[in-house]
Amino acid sequence: MKIVVCIKQVPDTKGGVKFKPDGTLDRGAMLSIMNPDDKAGLEAALRLKDQYGAEVTVLSMGLPKAEDVLREALAMGADKAILVTDRVLGGADTWATSTTIAGAIRNLEYDLIITGRQAIDGDTAQVGPQISEHLNIPVISYAQDIKIDGDSVIVERQFDDRYHVLKAKMPCLITALSELNTPRYMTPGGIFDAYEAEITQYGRADLVDVDDSNLGLNGSPTKIAKASDKVRKGAGEKVSLDPEASVKYIMDKLSEKHII
Amino acid sequence: MALEDYKGVFIYAQQVDNKIDNIAYELIGKGRELADALSTDVTAVLVGSGVKELADSLGEYGADKVIVVDDPQLKEYRTEPYTHALASVINEFKPEIMLVGATAIGRDLGPRVSARVATGLTADCTFLEIGEFREKPNQLLMTRPAFGGNTIATIACPDNRPQMATVRPGVMQKLERVPGRKAEVIEYKTEFIPDHKYVEILDIVKSVSETVDIMDAKILVSGGRGMGSPENFGMLEELAEALGGQVSCSRAVVDAGWKPKALQVGQTGKTVRPNLYIACGISGAIQHLAGMEESDVIIAINKDETAPIFDVADYGIVGDVKVIVPKLTEAIKSIAK
Repeated sequence: MKIVVCIKQVPDTKGGVKFKPDGTLDRGAMLSIMNPDDKAGLEAALRLKDQYGAEVTVLSMGLPKAEDVLREALAMGADKAILVTDRVLGGADTWATSTTIAGAIRNLEYDLIITGRQAIDGDTAQVGPQISEHLNIPVISYAQDIKIDGDSVIVERQFDDRYHVLKAKMPCLITALSELNTPRYMTPGGIFDAYEAEITQYGRADLVDVDDSNLGLNGSPTKIAKASDKVRKGAGEKVSLDPEASVKYIMDKLSEKHII
Repeated sequence: MALEDYKGVFIYAQQVDNKIDNIAYELIGKGRELADALSTDVTAVLVGSGVKELADSLGEYGADKVIVVDDPQLKEYRTEPYTHALASVINEFKPEIMLVGATAIGRDLGPRVSARVATGLTADCTFLEIGEFREKPNQLLMTRPAFGGNTIATIACPDNRPQMATVRPGVMQKLERVPGRKAEVIEYKTEFIPDHKYVEILDIVKSVSETVDIMDAKILVSGGRGMGSPENFGMLEELAEALGGQVSCSRAVVDAGWKPKALQVGQTGKTVRPNLYIACGISGAIQHLAGMEESDVIIAINKDETAPIFDVADYGIVGDVKVIVPKLTEAIKSIAK
């Protein structure tokens, strides 16, 4: 079985967020990590590899420094790594990103593609389902459990108040929730090997069946009109009183607001 | 076809088990406002099996037209047949705007449909308006939080139609129901031919929930890790009961296994906007604030006077929640007598 796992290097939002003058994210200026949902997707793939035997290829689209998350994935146990990077791909929205990644994946053989549900920078949850549409394969998003059954996958798919147990013929794309598992650590030997491992680079010329008009900032249907730090509602009053006075304070406010 | 030829505001009227979800009415409410700004109609797209009779309530909440796609293949939500249904409606009727709820269904359906009809999609919008973008009038301007709620971005989709957005539930206001108000109902037929993209549903497991949806509650008493133990949520239940409200919680509480995910407020939980939100022992991570800061009145009780929850609270009380809450419950009960 061949599994492709799409992983994204994301800014660690705890370190603060910085923008370029054109309103797009200044990724170079922030600390970076492997996106948590993607890491859960990678762990799911590695477990399938442990259980059934599989070749796991990790693929990331991004700046050259996204190589870091690919090496991390190799150190966790992935077999091959591909970096999709090219200046013309910059500033892509989810449409242009999914078009690019689908174009890269068309070079590969695969039974299963796993992506994270969503990345913590954009929070869109769009790229996985859109890749599946471009590749004309079924998608099962929000996976909380994945099993293989012959030429099919059986997946528990989470909804708000229920889950569906779904069966799909491979090839199929699955988007993983971070609740799916606890990702393993890199092994010392794995880190050593990953440092030496070769990472395949794809540029624009390596994308299959992709039109220039669908790439990068210019090929993105959505455009950022403006981006800014969130303006929060200002703080109100804050008091530090003994418990009885605190209760009286709250009661007065509730009565003032006609709640009691 | 020229962009100006795309007309009308369409909303996806999500139903589950042949019951319309609240998000459908919320989208009609917002869609009405956008349609008025564009001098056009609001059309609800209703997809399912045996759902035609649900069209009436969509009319009563403000839809001018309801397009019904009814087929046995649509009995339960599955990505492919639902994508086919909605994409076919878009290709046939050519709306300028298509709104979908940012629910577990909408966040699966939206991206797949947008890729099929080759347009942009803006996720999880919290604010929508008609305005100008790069000197083009009458564009849909879609505002959404990103980067874990640290920033907000406004997005336009100037050169593709429809302009598509998923909209976070609980943020837009539904209109007052007008009993007897009728929408024009259009039955749209398309063929559903199962192929490799049709997944098979082996089982549906519903989680048993005895509580009311926290998104509908007018008063929420919400607990965080500062409550100390799952047992201490008992005092929050009592306070909520005295106030006629519901209990909700932060993500830390769900992660600790104290409360179910259905009660979680925040970026990865639910967005709530009750009349009163009492945050008890919640420090106020940015992801939590994103889910509750639109509440009318926010009261926060926390030991740590530097807790970020105080930055959004109308009334902040620095103190021990486990001492204050039971006394508060008593005080409320005593005036109720």
